[in-house]
Amino acid sequence: MKAGSNLERVFESGKFVVTAEIGPPQSANPEPLVHHAKMLKGYADAFNLTDNQTAVVRLSSIASAAIVMREGVEPVIQMTCRDRNRIALQSDLLGASALGVRNVLCLTGDHQIFGNEKGAKSVFDFDSISELQVFDRLRREGKQVGGGEIKDPPKVYLGCAENPFATPYEFRASRLAKKVAAGADFCQTQAIFDMDLFEKWMDEVRSRGLDKKIHILAGVIPMKTAGAARYMKNKVPGMIVPNHIIDRMKNAKDSKEEGIRLCVEQIETLKKMKGVHGIHIMAVMWEDIVPRIVEEAGLLPRPTF
Amino acid sequence: MIVAKRKPLGEIADMIAPYKKITVIGCRSCVAICLAGGEKEVKMLVSALKVKNKKEGRKQQFEALVVERQCEKEWIQEVEDKILDSDLVLSMACSLGAQTIGDNYPHKLAFPALNTGIFGVPEEQGVWSEKCVGCGNCIIHTTGGICPIARCAKSMLNGPCGGSSDGHCEVNLEIDCAWYAIHERLKLQNRLELIEQVSAPKDWSTSHSGGRRTYVREDAKLTQHQKKGKGAVR
Amino acid sequence: MTPRRPKIVGFCCERHGLDSPVAAAKSGITYDASVRIIDVPCTGRVDGLHILKALEDGADAVFVLGCLEKNCYYDTGSIEGRKRVEHVRSMLEEAGIEKERVEMFNTSSTMTWRFPEIVSKMCDVVNRLGPLGKEGDEQ
Repeated sequence: MKAGSNLERVFESGKFVVTAEIGPPQSANPEPLVHHAKMLKGYADAFNLTDNQTAVVRLSSIASAAIVMREGVEPVIQMTCRDRNRIALQSDLLGASALGVRNVLCLTGDHQIFGNEKGAKSVFDFDSISELQVFDRLRREGKQVGGGEIKDPPKVYLGCAENPFATPYEFRASRLAKKVAAGADFCQTQAIFDMDLFEKWMDEVRSRGLDKKIHILAGVIPMKTAGAARYMKNKVPGMIVPNHIIDRMKNAKDSKEEGIRLCVEQIETLKKMKGVHGIHIMAVMWEDIVPRIVEEAGLLPRPTF
Repeated sequence: MIVAKRKPLGEIADMIAPYKKITVIGCRSCVAICLAGGEKEVKMLVSALKVKNKKEGRKQQFEALVVERQCEKEWIQEVEDKILDSDLVLSMACSLGAQTIGDNYPHKLAFPALNTGIFGVPEEQGVWSEKCVGCGNCIIHTTGGICPIARCAKSMLNGPCGGSSDGHCEVNLEIDCAWYAIHERLKLQNRLELIEQVSAPKDWSTSHSGGRRTYVREDAKLTQHQKKGKGAVR
Repeated sequence: MTPRRPKIVGFCCERHGLDSPVAAAKSGITYDASVRIIDVPCTGRVDGLHILKALEDGADAVFVLGCLEKNCYYDTGSIEGRKRVEHVRSMLEEAGIEKERVEMFNTSSTMTWRFPEIVSKMCDVVNRLGPLGKEGDEQ
């Protein structure tokens, strides 16, 4: 055990893992976090607390993690390289570990141009891969990137994200390999709508034996409307939504129900895919739907240790 | 070259409003090539400011000059009398020019008429793009000759982020994804193995993060003795 | 005191741009404005600085009259001319000066009505906006 988190235990047990996301509020009020933690507890093995997602200022990921932990929910904190240099990133890792956070997702981060502080000076001292490399060394050797010794190093399980749908496609498995080499223990993928392309990526991942070295969680997003599908296709860079999915959402009598059905079907397909060790549900602004999806996908009850 | 862009005329006019006798000094180096602060641009600026003053009934006296390289004190010394004789110098060089005037004539005011932007190259007539940010530790031999520090919006060192879409950058779909371009270039050169290796965190101390940088060529420096001699000649 | 007549400078190309005022003059048309015509070999030769200088030295408005863009004697001359005019217009706008004071027009030799039309349009502009600067303020 590297960190002894629930997430790590479920992976080690060989069971199919479920993670989901809780978006921290754009306020100093902890209530929405408490509400979601209570509602979602027991429906996933760990929950990502996003780090100022799309560069919009929100309650911080680490503080959110501390709040949901009080409700007995295991957090995965996200740490982007956009807003913090190596001093702050290493310091926050120590702080998070001291608070009992055991899962950390290393991300480069969305550019500030997408958010509500477009005039921000971005940092990008690291990218996600160097962040992983540094955090891995810190936890294993107690050594900072600058060489300084850290007594009582952080105990964390390290995750990364990968997007099989960004160009160049042929590099995407290599990029996962780099993240494995840099020390990542698990990977959450971008939301999958194009199963064929995902399957292709997984082929390459398997042929390199990467699925044996890292736990892959396949990302899914439940959609409420055809408009949401179109938005993701056209406006979210590095996201592929095939037309047949948009048509299916458009032609449905009840698009919400269709979105849930679609998501459950996707999970069923992904469950059968060799090398996929779990799913990551990103119900953006629709956290309430997670329990139903997890239940309908036959992923209950979640294992306990 | 250093690529700059004229500030909006309204901003320049507000900046210089309190001063009567203004010397506008352009530069024949980079900013002339990028059509921001050469002789033509100096004349156009002065003329436009005069038209504005005429319309608004304001009186200011302008003198338009251009020097060879405003970042070198030897060249600005050639127009020293004009600098000393004015209430304000409006520099149409990059910020280096305005600062050189300011550092050499600290009691005089030297204001910038340009916004200094990028280390760039002309892509086509009238279009300049950034290709270097002067990080002080060049790595382009490992990235197919394309700088990811300058050309990637996140200065990534390990390949394209998840926002690379059809070879374009997520920040601006008009711009090429630097790492997509690096990948294609390395493929062409049969050197894709370079992108497979994990790059260690970059040491930014050679960049501006390490504080103001000075580069010295000892053999080119003048000795104290030589400096004295030179002073005597001048 | 009678209102001052608008002072207008027109840069007209020697190929098509000048035929129009000549035809107008032959037919005896007069204008309620002082129009100074400067003949240029091609409007592609008109520089932004020429336009600004005209305004600086007394013109209330300036127009540039070149060949029709698809029928320019020098192929792309009037397109170049239009780019310069647009550049000056954007500078004027930045400086808080009405950009309508500077216009680009195109004509052909046979469009004899074009010149009086342009002058009257520029006169309207000056009458609406007023002179550029106070009377007797020209430097």
